Amino acid sequence: MKPAHIDRTVLPEAATLEAETSTAPAQDRRRPFALRSLVPYGYISPTMLLIFVLLVIPIAMVVSYSFQDNVIVEKNPVFAGLANYTEVLTDPVFWTAVKNTFIFITLSTIAHLVLGLAFAMMLNTGLLGGLTKAIFRIVYILPWLFTIAVVAVIWRLMLDPFGVVNYILTTLGILQTEVNWLADPSTALWALTFINIWSGYPFFMISLLAGLQGISADLYEAAAVDGANPIQQFFNITIPQLKPVLISMAVLDLIWTSQQFALIWLTTGGGPLNVTEMLSTYTYKQAFSSYEFATASASAVIILLITMILAFFYVRQLRER
Amino acid sequence: MQRRRLSTRIGVIVGLCLGAVFAGFPVVWMLSTSLKPNSEVFQVPPRLITESFSFDAYWKILTDPTQLRFFLNSYIVALWVTALTLLVGILAGYSFSRYEFRLKRFINVVIVSVQAVPPITLIIPYFGLVVALGLYNTYGGLIITHMVFTLPYAIIMTTAYFNTLPRELDESVKVDGGSGWTALWRILVPISVPGLIAVGIYTFMISWNEYLFALTLTRTDDMRTVPIGIQLLMGQHSYEWNQMMAMSILGSIPVLILFLLFQRRFIGGLTAGAVKS
Repeated sequence: MKPAHIDRTVLPEAATLEAETSTAPAQDRRRPFALRSLVPYGYISPTMLLIFVLLVIPIAMVVSYSFQDNVIVEKNPVFAGLANYTEVLTDPVFWTAVKNTFIFITLSTIAHLVLGLAFAMMLNTGLLGGLTKAIFRIVYILPWLFTIAVVAVIWRLMLDPFGVVNYILTTLGILQTEVNWLADPSTALWALTFINIWSGYPFFMISLLAGLQGISADLYEAAAVDGANPIQQFFNITIPQLKPVLISMAVLDLIWTSQQFALIWLTTGGGPLNVTEMLSTYTYKQAFSSYEFATASASAVIILLITMILAFFYVRQLRER
Repeated sequence: MQRRRLSTRIGVIVGLCLGAVFAGFPVVWMLSTSLKPNSEVFQVPPRLITESFSFDAYWKILTDPTQLRFFLNSYIVALWVTALTLLVGILAGYSFSRYEFRLKRFINVVIVSVQAVPPITLIIPYFGLVVALGLYNTYGGLIITHMVFTLPYAIIMTTAYFNTLPRELDESVKVDGGSGWTALWRILVPISVPGLIAVGIYTFMISWNEYLFALTLTRTDDMRTVPIGIQLLMGQHSYEWNQMMAMSILGSIPVLILFLLFQRRFIGGLTAGAVKS
Protein backbone atom coordinates (compact mmCIF):
# COMPACT_ATOMS: atom_id res chain seq x y z
CA MET A 1 0.00 0.00 0.00
CA LYS A 2 3.00 2.31 0.16
CA PRO A 3 3.23 4.72 -2.77
CA ALA A 4 7.03 4.48 -2.62
CA HIS A 5 6.76 0.85 -3.68
CA ILE A 6 4.91 1.78 -6.84
CA ASP A 7 7.38 4.49 -7.68
CA ARG A 8 10.32 2.13 -7.67
CA THR A 9 8.64 -0.11 -10.18
CA VAL A 10 7.86 2.66 -12.63
CA LEU A 11 11.22 3.33 -14.22
CA PRO A 12 12.83 -0.08 -14.68
CA GLU A 13 9.58 -1.62 -15.84
CA ALA A 14 8.86 1.05 -18.43
CA ALA A 15 12.30 0.38 -19.83
CA THR A 16 11.68 -3.38 -19.97
CA LEU A 17 8.43 -2.80 -21.82
CA GLU A 18 10.19 -0.94 -24.57
CA ALA A 19 12.86 -3.60 -24.80
CA GLU A 20 10.25 -6.33 -25.10
CA THR A 21 8.96 -5.15 -28.45
CA SER A 22 12.30 -5.53 -30.13
CA THR A 23 14.02 -8.43 -28.36
CA ALA A 24 13.62 -12.17 -28.66
CA PRO A 25 10.27 -13.75 -27.85
CA ALA A 26 9.48 -15.98 -24.87
CA GLN A 27 11.40 -13.65 -22.65
CA ASP A 28 8.30 -13.34 -20.52
CA ARG A 29 8.60 -16.85 -19.18
CA ARG A 30 12.33 -16.87 -18.74
CA ARG A 31 12.22 -13.83 -16.55
CA PRO A 32 12.59 -14.41 -12.81
CA PHE A 33 9.34 -14.53 -10.88
CA ALA A 34 9.97 -11.25 -9.00
CA LEU A 35 10.34 -9.32 -12.24
CA ARG A 36 7.32 -10.93 -13.85
CA SER A 37 5.10 -9.83 -10.96
CA LEU A 38 6.06 -6.25 -11.78
CA VAL A 39 4.71 -6.45 -15.35
CA PRO A 40 1.15 -5.28 -14.49
CA TYR A 41 2.60 -2.30 -12.61
CA GLY A 42 4.55 -1.44 -15.75
CA TYR A 43 1.35 -1.23 -17.78
CA ILE A 44 -0.38 1.00 -15.27
CA SER A 45 2.68 3.12 -14.50
CA PRO A 46 1.65 5.96 -16.90
CA THR A 47 -1.75 6.01 -15.21
CA MET A 48 -0.16 6.03 -11.77
CA LEU A 49 2.16 8.84 -12.77
CA LEU A 50 -0.72 10.93 -14.10
CA ILE A 51 -2.85 10.27 -11.04
CA PHE A 52 0.07 11.25 -8.85
CA VAL A 53 0.71 14.50 -10.74
CA LEU A 54 -2.89 15.43 -11.47
CA LEU A 55 -4.56 14.25 -8.31
CA VAL A 56 -2.36 13.38 -5.34
CA ILE A 57 -0.08 16.42 -5.54
CA PRO A 58 -2.88 18.92 -6.32
CA ILE A 59 -5.07 17.65 -3.49
CA ALA A 60 -2.13 17.84 -1.10
CA MET A 61 -1.52 21.38 -2.36
CA VAL A 62 -5.08 22.56 -1.95
CA VAL A 63 -5.27 21.08 1.55
CA SER A 64 -2.05 22.82 2.53
CA TYR A 65 -3.21 26.13 0.98
CA SER A 66 -6.35 25.90 3.07
CA PHE A 67 -4.28 26.08 6.27
CA GLN A 68 -2.14 29.00 5.11
CA ASP A 69 -2.44 32.62 4.20
CA ASN A 70 -0.88 34.60 1.33
CA VAL A 71 -0.81 31.64 -1.07
CA ILE A 72 -0.23 31.72 -4.85
CA VAL A 73 -0.45 35.49 -5.38
CA GLU A 74 2.01 36.36 -2.63
CA LYS A 75 5.39 34.83 -2.04
CA ASN A 76 5.42 34.50 1.75
CA PRO A 77 2.75 32.03 2.83
CA VAL A 78 2.19 31.81 6.57
CA PHE A 79 0.47 29.13 8.59
CA ALA A 80 -3.04 30.24 9.45
CA GLY A 81 -4.50 27.23 11.23
CA LEU A 82 -8.23 26.95 10.84
CA ALA A 83 -8.70 30.66 10.15
CA ASN A 84 -9.70 30.09 6.51
CA TYR A 85 -12.24 27.47 7.47
CA THR A 86 -13.69 29.78 10.12
CA GLU A 87 -13.90 32.54 7.56
CA VAL A 88 -15.72 30.34 5.05
CA LEU A 89 -18.06 28.73 7.57
CA THR A 90 -19.09 32.09 9.08
CA ASP A 91 -19.69 33.68 5.69
CA PRO A 92 -23.47 33.96 5.16
CA VAL A 93 -22.92 33.79 1.38
CA PHE A 94 -21.32 30.36 1.81
CA TRP A 95 -24.45 29.09 3.56
CA THR A 96 -26.64 30.63 0.86
CA ALA A 97 -24.51 28.72 -1.64
CA VAL A 98 -24.97 25.49 0.34
CA LYS A 99 -28.74 25.98 0.37
CA ASN A 100 -28.90 26.83 -3.34
CA THR A 101 -26.67 23.93 -4.30
CA PHE A 102 -28.87 21.59 -2.28
CA ILE A 103 -32.07 22.80 -3.96
CA PHE A 104 -30.42 22.76 -7.39
CA ILE A 105 -28.99 19.24 -7.19
CA THR A 106 -32.00 17.65 -5.50
CA LEU A 107 -34.55 19.03 -7.96
CA SER A 108 -32.28 18.35 -10.94
CA THR A 109 -31.62 14.74 -9.97
CA ILE A 110 -35.27 13.94 -9.25
CA ALA A 111 -36.39 15.54 -12.52
CA HIS A 112 -33.62 13.83 -14.51
CA LEU A 113 -34.69 10.52 -13.08
CA VAL A 114 -38.41 11.01 -13.71
CA LEU A 115 -37.99 12.44 -17.21
CA GLY A 116 -35.29 9.94 -18.13
CA LEU A 117 -37.47 7.04 -17.03
CA ALA A 118 -40.63 8.43 -18.66
CA PHE A 119 -38.92 9.01 -22.01
CA ALA A 120 -37.13 5.67 -21.88
CA MET A 121 -40.42 3.86 -21.20
CA MET A 122 -42.24 5.70 -23.97
CA LEU A 123 -39.46 4.81 -26.40
CA ASN A 124 -39.55 1.22 -25.22
CA THR A 125 -43.31 0.62 -25.59
CA GLY A 126 -43.01 -1.05 -28.98
CA LEU A 127 -45.65 1.26 -30.45
CA LEU A 128 -43.08 2.92 -32.67
CA GLY A 129 -41.49 1.48 -35.76
CA GLY A 130 -37.73 1.22 -36.01
CA LEU A 131 -37.14 4.45 -37.88
CA THR A 132 -39.61 6.61 -35.93
CA LYS A 133 -38.12 5.29 -32.72
CA ALA A 134 -34.59 6.11 -33.88
CA ILE A 135 -35.63 9.66 -34.79
CA PHE A 136 -37.36 10.24 -31.48
CA ARG A 137 -34.36 8.85 -29.66
CA ILE A 138 -32.00 11.27 -31.39
CA VAL A 139 -34.31 14.22 -30.67
CA TYR A 140 -34.47 13.23 -27.01
CA ILE A 141 -30.69 12.90 -26.76
CA LEU A 142 -30.09 16.27 -28.47
CA PRO A 143 -29.91 18.47 -25.33
CA TRP A 144 -27.13 16.31 -23.98
CA LEU A 145 -24.97 16.71 -27.09
CA PHE A 146 -24.55 20.46 -26.71
CA THR A 147 -21.74 21.80 -24.62
CA ILE A 148 -22.80 23.80 -21.56
CA ALA A 149 -21.69 27.08 -23.12
CA VAL A 150 -24.13 26.45 -25.96
CA VAL A 151 -26.90 25.39 -23.56
CA ALA A 152 -26.37 28.64 -21.66
CA VAL A 153 -26.53 30.75 -24.83
CA ILE A 154 -29.67 28.96 -26.12
CA TRP A 155 -31.56 29.52 -22.90
CA ARG A 156 -30.43 33.11 -22.51
CA LEU A 157 -32.02 33.67 -25.90
CA MET A 158 -35.19 31.72 -25.08
CA LEU A 159 -35.65 33.21 -21.61
CA ASP A 160 -34.89 36.80 -22.57
CA PRO A 161 -37.65 39.24 -21.49
CA PHE A 162 -38.44 39.66 -25.22
CA GLY A 163 -37.72 36.02 -25.98
CA VAL A 164 -39.90 33.28 -27.32
CA VAL A 165 -40.77 31.70 -23.94
CA ASN A 166 -42.22 34.95 -22.63
CA TYR A 167 -44.04 35.47 -25.91
CA ILE A 168 -45.70 32.04 -25.72
CA LEU A 169 -46.59 32.34 -22.04
CA THR A 170 -48.09 35.84 -22.35
CA THR A 171 -49.95 34.98 -25.55
CA LEU A 172 -51.49 31.92 -23.91
CA GLY A 173 -52.46 34.13 -20.96
CA ILE A 174 -50.39 32.13 -18.46
CA LEU A 175 -48.35 35.24 -17.69
CA GLN A 176 -49.67 38.80 -17.50
CA THR A 177 -46.33 40.47 -18.22
CA GLU A 178 -42.92 39.32 -19.41
CA VAL A 179 -40.61 37.89 -16.77
CA ASN A 180 -36.84 38.33 -16.88
CA TRP A 181 -36.38 34.73 -15.76
CA LEU A 182 -32.62 34.74 -15.19
CA ALA A 183 -32.37 38.24 -13.71
CA ASP A 184 -35.36 38.23 -11.40
CA PRO A 185 -34.36 37.08 -7.89
CA SER A 186 -37.65 35.24 -7.43
CA THR A 187 -37.26 33.10 -10.58
CA ALA A 188 -33.53 32.83 -11.30
CA LEU A 189 -32.84 29.68 -9.29
CA TRP A 190 -35.87 27.87 -10.78
CA ALA A 191 -34.97 28.94 -14.30
CA LEU A 192 -31.42 27.74 -13.80
CA THR A 193 -32.62 24.41 -12.42
CA PHE A 194 -34.97 24.04 -15.37
CA ILE A 195 -32.11 24.58 -17.83
CA ASN A 196 -30.02 22.02 -16.02
CA ILE A 197 -32.91 19.53 -16.12
CA TRP A 198 -33.20 20.07 -19.87
CA SER A 199 -29.52 19.50 -20.50
CA GLY A 200 -29.02 16.50 -18.20
CA TYR A 201 -31.94 14.06 -18.47
CA PRO A 202 -30.75 12.28 -21.66
CA PHE A 203 -27.91 10.57 -19.83
CA PHE A 204 -30.46 8.91 -17.54
CA MET A 205 -32.67 8.10 -20.48
CA ILE A 206 -29.91 6.31 -22.39
CA SER A 207 -28.88 4.21 -19.42
CA LEU A 208 -32.44 3.40 -18.39
CA LEU A 209 -33.34 2.46 -21.95
CA ALA A 210 -30.54 -0.10 -21.88
CA GLY A 211 -31.79 -1.25 -18.48
CA LEU A 212 -35.37 -1.61 -19.71
CA GLN A 213 -34.29 -3.65 -22.70
CA GLY A 214 -32.45 -5.94 -20.31
CA ILE A 215 -35.62 -6.87 -18.41
CA SER A 216 -36.93 -10.22 -19.58
CA ALA A 217 -40.31 -10.09 -21.33
CA ASP A 218 -41.21 -13.33 -19.50
CA LEU A 219 -41.56 -11.36 -16.27
CA TYR A 220 -44.22 -9.12 -17.78
CA GLU A 221 -46.00 -12.04 -19.44
CA ALA A 222 -46.12 -13.95 -16.18
CA ALA A 223 -47.45 -10.85 -14.41
CA ALA A 224 -50.09 -10.31 -17.09
CA VAL A 225 -51.21 -13.93 -16.73
CA ASP A 226 -51.57 -13.30 -13.00
CA GLY A 227 -53.80 -10.32 -13.82
CA ALA A 228 -51.40 -7.51 -12.90
CA ASN A 229 -52.32 -4.19 -14.54
CA PRO A 230 -49.66 -1.96 -16.13
CA ILE A 231 -49.32 0.17 -12.98
CA GLN A 232 -48.74 -2.92 -10.82
CA GLN A 233 -46.28 -4.21 -13.41
CA PHE A 234 -44.43 -0.90 -13.28
CA PHE A 235 -44.04 -0.94 -9.49
CA ASN A 236 -43.47 -4.67 -9.09
CA ILE A 237 -41.26 -5.43 -12.07
CA THR A 238 -39.85 -2.35 -13.78
CA ILE A 239 -38.80 -0.40 -10.69
CA PRO A 240 -37.25 -3.33 -8.77
CA GLN A 241 -35.40 -4.50 -11.90
CA LEU A 242 -34.02 -1.02 -12.56
CA LYS A 243 -33.28 -0.23 -8.93
CA PRO A 244 -29.50 -0.78 -9.03
CA VAL A 245 -29.16 1.36 -12.17
CA LEU A 246 -31.48 4.02 -10.76
CA ILE A 247 -29.57 4.32 -7.51
CA SER A 248 -26.10 4.52 -9.02
CA MET A 249 -27.26 6.95 -11.71
CA ALA A 250 -28.85 9.15 -9.04
CA VAL A 251 -25.70 9.24 -6.91
CA LEU A 252 -23.56 9.93 -9.97
CA ASP A 253 -25.93 12.73 -10.98
CA LEU A 254 -25.88 14.29 -7.50
CA ILE A 255 -22.09 14.37 -7.72
CA TRP A 256 -21.99 15.81 -11.23
CA THR A 257 -24.71 18.38 -10.66
CA SER A 258 -23.05 19.60 -7.47
CA GLN A 259 -19.96 20.29 -9.60
CA GLN A 260 -21.86 22.30 -12.21
CA PHE A 261 -20.03 25.55 -12.74
CA ALA A 262 -20.15 26.56 -16.39
CA LEU A 263 -23.95 26.72 -16.64
CA ILE A 264 -24.30 29.00 -13.63
CA TRP A 265 -21.32 31.13 -14.58
CA LEU A 266 -22.61 31.68 -18.11
CA THR A 267 -26.25 32.39 -17.25
CA THR A 268 -26.50 34.19 -13.92
CA GLY A 269 -22.95 34.26 -12.57
CA GLY A 270 -24.40 33.45 -9.14
CA GLY A 271 -26.65 36.49 -9.12
CA PRO A 272 -28.95 38.28 -8.82
CA LEU A 273 -28.39 39.01 -5.11
CA ASN A 274 -26.68 35.61 -4.66
CA VAL A 275 -29.91 33.70 -5.31
CA THR A 276 -28.11 31.33 -7.67
CA GLU A 277 -24.76 31.32 -5.87
CA MET A 278 -23.58 27.70 -5.66
CA LEU A 279 -20.59 26.15 -3.93
CA SER A 280 -18.71 26.03 -7.23
CA THR A 281 -19.29 29.69 -8.16
CA TYR A 282 -18.63 30.81 -4.59
CA THR A 283 -15.26 29.05 -4.59
CA TYR A 284 -14.38 30.29 -8.05
CA LYS A 285 -15.12 33.88 -7.13
CA GLN A 286 -13.06 33.63 -3.95
CA ALA A 287 -10.11 32.39 -5.99
CA PHE A 288 -10.27 34.13 -9.35
CA SER A 289 -12.30 37.27 -8.68
CA SER A 290 -11.14 38.21 -5.17
CA TYR A 291 -7.78 36.37 -5.37
CA GLU A 292 -8.43 34.96 -1.90
CA PHE A 293 -6.83 31.63 -2.80
CA ALA A 294 -6.54 30.52 0.83
CA THR A 295 -10.25 30.89 1.64
CA ALA A 296 -11.08 29.47 -1.77
CA SER A 297 -8.95 26.43 -0.91
CA ALA A 298 -10.77 25.94 2.39
CA SER A 299 -14.07 26.06 0.54
CA ALA A 300 -12.70 23.69 -2.13
CA VAL A 301 -11.64 21.20 0.54
CA ILE A 302 -15.12 21.32 2.10
CA ILE A 303 -16.64 20.58 -1.32
CA LEU A 304 -14.18 17.73 -1.79
CA LEU A 305 -15.19 16.20 1.55
CA ILE A 306 -18.90 16.39 0.72
CA THR A 307 -18.26 14.81 -2.68
CA MET A 308 -16.11 12.05 -1.22
CA ILE A 309 -18.97 11.05 1.06
CA LEU A 310 -21.27 10.80 -1.96
CA ALA A 311 -18.61 8.95 -3.96
CA PHE A 312 -18.21 6.45 -1.15
CA PHE A 313 -21.86 5.50 -1.54
CA TYR A 314 -21.46 5.29 -5.30
CA VAL A 315 -18.50 2.92 -5.11
CA ARG A 316 -20.27 0.80 -2.51
CA GLN A 317 -23.32 0.63 -4.75
CA LEU A 318 -21.18 -0.51 -7.70
CA ARG A 319 -19.54 -3.15 -5.55
CA GLU A 320 -22.82 -4.62 -4.42
CA ARG A 321 -23.80 -5.41 -7.98
CA MET B 1 -59.65 -3.81 -23.20
CA GLN B 2 -59.44 -2.72 -26.81
CA ARG B 3 -60.44 0.84 -25.94
CA ARG B 4 -57.93 1.06 -23.15
CA ARG B 5 -55.17 -0.10 -25.42
CA LEU B 6 -56.14 2.61 -27.88
CA SER B 7 -56.18 5.33 -25.22
CA THR B 8 -52.79 4.18 -23.89
CA ARG B 9 -51.51 4.34 -27.40
CA ILE B 10 -52.78 7.88 -27.93
CA GLY B 11 -51.41 8.89 -24.53
CA VAL B 12 -47.96 7.56 -25.35
CA ILE B 13 -47.90 9.26 -28.74
CA VAL B 14 -49.02 12.60 -27.27
CA GLY B 15 -46.38 12.18 -24.56
CA LEU B 16 -43.69 11.41 -27.11
CA CYS B 17 -44.57 14.50 -29.14
CA LEU B 18 -44.64 16.78 -26.09
CA GLY B 19 -41.28 15.36 -25.07
CA ALA B 20 -39.88 15.98 -28.53
CA VAL B 21 -41.00 19.61 -28.38
CA PHE B 22 -39.43 20.00 -24.94
CA ALA B 23 -36.15 18.47 -26.11
CA GLY B 24 -36.04 19.77 -29.66
CA PHE B 25 -37.67 23.19 -29.75
CA PRO B 26 -34.75 25.10 -28.16
CA VAL B 27 -32.44 23.51 -30.75
CA VAL B 28 -34.77 24.43 -33.61
CA TRP B 29 -34.98 27.96 -32.23
CA MET B 30 -31.19 28.22 -32.09
CA LEU B 31 -31.00 27.14 -35.72
CA SER B 32 -33.74 29.56 -36.71
CA THR B 33 -32.09 32.49 -34.90
CA SER B 34 -28.75 31.79 -36.57
CA LEU B 35 -30.43 32.33 -39.95
CA LYS B 36 -32.07 35.67 -39.10
CA PRO B 37 -30.63 39.16 -39.16
CA ASN B 38 -30.00 40.38 -35.63
CA SER B 39 -32.78 42.99 -35.89
CA GLU B 40 -35.40 40.25 -36.31
CA VAL B 41 -34.30 38.03 -33.41
CA PHE B 42 -36.92 39.40 -31.01
CA GLN B 43 -39.59 40.38 -33.53
CA VAL B 44 -43.25 40.05 -32.52
CA PRO B 45 -44.78 37.66 -33.36
CA PRO B 46 -41.72 35.36 -33.45
CA ARG B 47 -41.27 33.43 -36.70
CA LEU B 48 -39.18 30.40 -37.49
CA ILE B 49 -38.14 31.58 -40.95
CA THR B 50 -38.17 35.18 -42.08
CA GLU B 51 -37.92 36.71 -45.57
CA SER B 52 -34.40 37.92 -44.86
CA PHE B 53 -33.25 34.33 -44.26
CA SER B 54 -29.48 34.17 -44.83
CA PHE B 55 -26.24 32.52 -43.83
CA ASP B 56 -24.60 35.88 -43.04
CA ALA B 57 -23.99 35.04 -39.39
CA TYR B 58 -22.13 31.85 -40.34
CA TRP B 59 -20.16 33.71 -42.95
CA LYS B 60 -19.10 36.33 -40.39
CA ILE B 61 -17.90 33.65 -37.97
CA LEU B 62 -16.11 31.63 -40.65
CA THR B 63 -14.24 34.61 -42.04
CA ASP B 64 -13.13 35.91 -38.66
CA PRO B 65 -9.59 34.66 -37.89
CA THR B 66 -10.16 35.04 -34.13
CA GLN B 67 -13.16 32.70 -34.22
CA LEU B 68 -11.40 30.22 -36.50
CA ARG B 69 -8.52 30.13 -34.07
CA PHE B 70 -10.90 28.97 -31.31
CA PHE B 71 -11.88 26.01 -33.48
CA LEU B 72 -8.29 25.18 -34.31
CA ASN B 73 -7.38 25.30 -30.63
CA SER B 74 -10.28 23.05 -29.67
CA TYR B 75 -9.31 20.50 -32.33
CA ILE B 76 -5.65 20.50 -31.32
CA VAL B 77 -6.40 20.07 -27.63
CA ALA B 78 -9.18 17.49 -28.07
CA LEU B 79 -7.21 15.36 -30.54
CA TRP B 80 -4.12 15.30 -28.35
CA VAL B 81 -6.20 14.45 -25.30
CA THR B 82 -7.91 11.64 -27.23
CA ALA B 83 -4.66 10.13 -28.47
CA LEU B 84 -2.92 10.27 -25.10
CA THR B 85 -5.96 9.05 -23.19
CA LEU B 86 -6.38 6.06 -25.51
CA LEU B 87 -2.71 5.13 -25.21
CA VAL B 88 -2.59 5.33 -21.42
CA GLY B 89 -6.08 3.83 -21.10
CA ILE B 90 -5.25 0.80 -23.26
CA LEU B 91 -2.16 0.02 -21.20
CA ALA B 92 -4.04 0.34 -17.92
CA GLY B 93 -7.06 -1.56 -19.21
CA TYR B 94 -4.82 -4.42 -20.31
CA SER B 95 -3.20 -4.56 -16.90
CA PHE B 96 -6.57 -4.62 -15.09
CA SER B 97 -8.08 -7.13 -17.46
CA ARG B 98 -5.24 -9.67 -17.77
CA TYR B 99 -3.17 -9.52 -14.60
CA GLU B 100 -3.70 -10.07 -10.90
CA PHE B 101 -1.62 -7.90 -8.60
CA ARG B 102 -1.66 -6.77 -5.03
CA LEU B 103 -2.66 -3.14 -5.50
CA LYS B 104 -5.22 -3.86 -8.22
CA ARG B 105 -8.31 -3.35 -6.08
CA PHE B 106 -6.89 -0.25 -4.44
CA ILE B 107 -5.87 1.38 -7.71
CA ASN B 108 -9.23 0.49 -9.21
CA VAL B 109 -11.06 2.26 -6.38
CA VAL B 110 -8.80 5.31 -6.80
CA ILE B 111 -9.58 5.46 -10.53
CA VAL B 112 -13.33 5.17 -9.98
CA SER B 113 -13.18 7.88 -7.30
CA VAL B 114 -11.20 10.28 -9.51
CA GLN B 115 -14.40 10.76 -11.52
CA ALA B 116 -15.98 12.26 -8.44
CA VAL B 117 -13.27 14.77 -7.54
CA PRO B 118 -14.75 18.24 -8.12
CA PRO B 119 -12.97 20.22 -10.86
CA ILE B 120 -13.38 23.36 -8.76
CA THR B 121 -11.21 21.74 -6.05
CA LEU B 122 -8.51 20.89 -8.58
CA ILE B 123 -8.47 24.17 -10.47
CA ILE B 124 -6.91 26.10 -7.60
CA PRO B 125 -3.77 23.93 -7.30
CA TYR B 126 -3.72 23.41 -11.10
CA PHE B 127 -3.55 27.15 -11.54
CA GLY B 128 -0.57 27.28 -9.16
CA LEU B 129 1.11 24.26 -10.79
CA VAL B 130 0.52 25.31 -14.38
CA VAL B 131 1.86 28.80 -13.73
CA ALA B 132 4.89 27.39 -11.88
CA LEU B 133 5.64 24.91 -14.70
CA GLY B 134 5.39 27.59 -17.37
CA LEU B 135 2.34 25.87 -18.91
CA TYR B 136 -0.04 28.77 -18.31
CA ASN B 137 -1.77 29.81 -21.54
CA THR B 138 -0.38 26.83 -23.51
CA TYR B 139 -1.93 23.77 -25.16
CA GLY B 140 0.14 21.54 -22.90
CA GLY B 141 -1.49 22.87 -19.76
CA LEU B 142 -4.97 22.15 -21.11
CA ILE B 143 -4.12 18.76 -22.59
CA ILE B 144 -2.64 17.33 -19.43
CA THR B 145 -5.33 18.70 -17.12
CA HIS B 146 -8.16 17.47 -19.37
CA MET B 147 -6.80 13.95 -18.99
CA VAL B 148 -7.80 13.89 -15.34
CA PHE B 149 -11.44 13.71 -16.52
CA THR B 150 -11.01 11.52 -19.56
CA LEU B 151 -8.66 8.86 -18.24
CA PRO B 152 -10.78 7.21 -15.52
CA TYR B 153 -13.64 6.65 -17.90
CA ALA B 154 -11.34 5.40 -20.64
CA ILE B 155 -9.73 2.90 -18.27
CA ILE B 156 -13.06 1.60 -16.97
CA MET B 157 -14.43 1.18 -20.49
CA THR B 158 -11.28 -0.37 -21.92
CA THR B 159 -11.03 -2.83 -19.05
CA ALA B 160 -14.68 -3.80 -19.52
CA TYR B 161 -14.09 -4.30 -23.23
CA PHE B 162 -10.94 -6.39 -22.82
CA ASN B 163 -12.77 -8.49 -20.23
CA THR B 164 -15.23 -9.54 -22.91
CA LEU B 165 -12.42 -10.94 -25.07
CA PRO B 166 -11.40 -14.54 -24.27
CA ARG B 167 -8.02 -14.99 -22.62
CA GLU B 168 -7.22 -17.77 -25.09
CA LEU B 169 -6.54 -15.05 -27.66
CA ASP B 170 -3.49 -13.70 -25.88
CA GLU B 171 -2.52 -17.13 -24.61
CA SER B 172 -2.19 -18.27 -28.22
CA VAL B 173 0.29 -15.47 -28.87
CA LYS B 174 2.29 -16.47 -25.81
CA VAL B 175 2.33 -20.12 -26.88
CA ASP B 176 3.82 -18.98 -30.17
CA GLY B 177 6.54 -17.27 -28.18
CA GLY B 178 5.15 -13.72 -28.17
CA SER B 179 5.04 -11.53 -25.06
CA GLY B 180 2.06 -9.90 -23.37
CA TRP B 181 3.06 -6.66 -25.09
CA THR B 182 2.80 -8.33 -28.51
CA ALA B 183 -0.53 -9.91 -27.62
CA LEU B 184 -1.92 -6.54 -26.59
CA TRP B 185 -0.95 -4.58 -29.71
CA ARG B 186 -1.20 -7.34 -32.33
CA ILE B 187 -4.36 -9.12 -31.14
CA LEU B 188 -6.37 -7.30 -28.47
CA VAL B 189 -6.16 -3.72 -29.74
CA PRO B 190 -7.12 -4.57 -33.36
CA ILE B 191 -10.14 -6.61 -32.18
CA SER B 192 -11.15 -3.86 -29.77
CA VAL B 193 -11.38 -1.08 -32.36
CA PRO B 194 -15.18 -0.75 -31.98
CA GLY B 195 -14.87 -0.31 -28.22
CA LEU B 196 -11.89 1.99 -28.54
CA ILE B 197 -13.81 4.21 -30.97
CA ALA B 198 -16.49 4.69 -28.32
CA VAL B 199 -13.80 5.55 -25.76
CA GLY B 200 -12.18 7.95 -28.21
CA ILE B 201 -15.42 9.76 -29.02
CA TYR B 202 -16.35 10.14 -25.40
CA THR B 203 -12.87 11.47 -24.63
CA PHE B 204 -13.03 13.90 -27.54
CA MET B 205 -16.44 15.14 -26.38
CA ILE B 206 -15.30 15.74 -22.82
CA SER B 207 -12.26 17.69 -23.95
CA TRP B 208 -14.12 19.63 -26.65
CA ASN B 209 -16.79 20.67 -24.14
CA GLU B 210 -14.57 21.42 -21.14
CA TYR B 211 -15.07 24.94 -19.80
CA LEU B 212 -13.65 25.62 -16.35
CA PHE B 213 -10.02 24.67 -17.02
CA ALA B 214 -10.02 26.33 -20.44
CA LEU B 215 -11.36 29.50 -18.83
CA THR B 216 -8.83 29.54 -16.02
CA LEU B 217 -5.66 28.16 -17.60
CA THR B 218 -5.64 30.26 -20.79
CA ARG B 219 -5.57 34.02 -21.13
CA THR B 220 -5.18 35.18 -24.71
CA ASP B 221 -7.54 34.77 -27.68
CA ASP B 222 -4.99 32.68 -29.57
CA MET B 223 -5.22 29.95 -26.88
CA ARG B 224 -8.95 30.02 -26.09
CA THR B 225 -11.19 27.09 -27.04
CA VAL B 226 -14.69 27.09 -28.55
CA PRO B 227 -16.74 27.15 -25.31
CA ILE B 228 -14.82 30.22 -24.16
CA GLY B 229 -15.11 31.68 -27.65
CA ILE B 230 -18.90 31.44 -27.42
CA GLN B 231 -18.77 33.22 -24.08
CA LEU B 232 -16.49 35.94 -25.44
CA LEU B 233 -18.94 36.55 -28.26
CA MET B 234 -21.57 37.43 -25.66
CA GLY B 235 -19.49 40.29 -24.34
CA GLN B 236 -17.68 41.44 -27.48
CA HIS B 237 -20.49 42.10 -29.90
CA SER B 238 -23.08 43.31 -27.42
CA TYR B 239 -25.51 40.51 -28.18
CA GLU B 240 -25.19 39.64 -31.83
CA TRP B 241 -27.61 36.79 -31.17
CA ASN B 242 -27.51 35.41 -34.69
CA GLN B 243 -23.71 35.14 -34.60
CA MET B 244 -23.77 33.60 -31.13
CA MET B 245 -26.18 30.94 -32.39
CA ALA B 246 -24.16 30.35 -35.57
CA MET B 247 -20.99 29.94 -33.51
CA SER B 248 -22.84 27.58 -31.13
CA ILE B 249 -24.02 25.41 -34.02
CA LEU B 250 -20.59 25.38 -35.66
CA GLY B 251 -19.05 24.49 -32.31
CA SER B 252 -21.51 21.62 -31.81
CA ILE B 253 -21.10 20.08 -35.24
CA PRO B 254 -18.05 17.89 -34.50
CA VAL B 255 -19.75 16.30 -31.51
CA LEU B 256 -23.09 15.90 -33.34
CA ILE B 257 -21.43 14.22 -36.33
CA LEU B 258 -19.36 11.87 -34.17
CA PHE B 259 -22.44 10.97 -32.21
CA LEU B 260 -24.65 10.33 -35.24
CA LEU B 261 -22.01 8.23 -36.98
CA PHE B 262 -21.21 6.06 -34.02
CA GLN B 263 -24.47 6.26 -32.12
CA ARG B 264 -25.06 2.59 -31.50
CA ARG B 265 -21.49 1.83 -30.58
CA PHE B 266 -21.29 4.89 -28.43
CA ILE B 267 -24.46 4.20 -26.45
CA GLY B 268 -23.43 0.57 -26.06
CA GLY B 269 -20.03 1.55 -24.70
CA LEU B 270 -21.46 4.24 -22.49
CA THR B 271 -23.97 2.00 -20.78
CA ALA B 272 -21.42 -0.79 -20.46
CA GLY B 273 -18.98 1.60 -18.83
CA ALA B 274 -21.27 3.63 -16.63
CA VAL B 275 -23.82 1.10 -15.59
CA LYS B 276 -22.32 -2.32 -15.67
CA SER B 277 -18.71 -1.61 -14.72
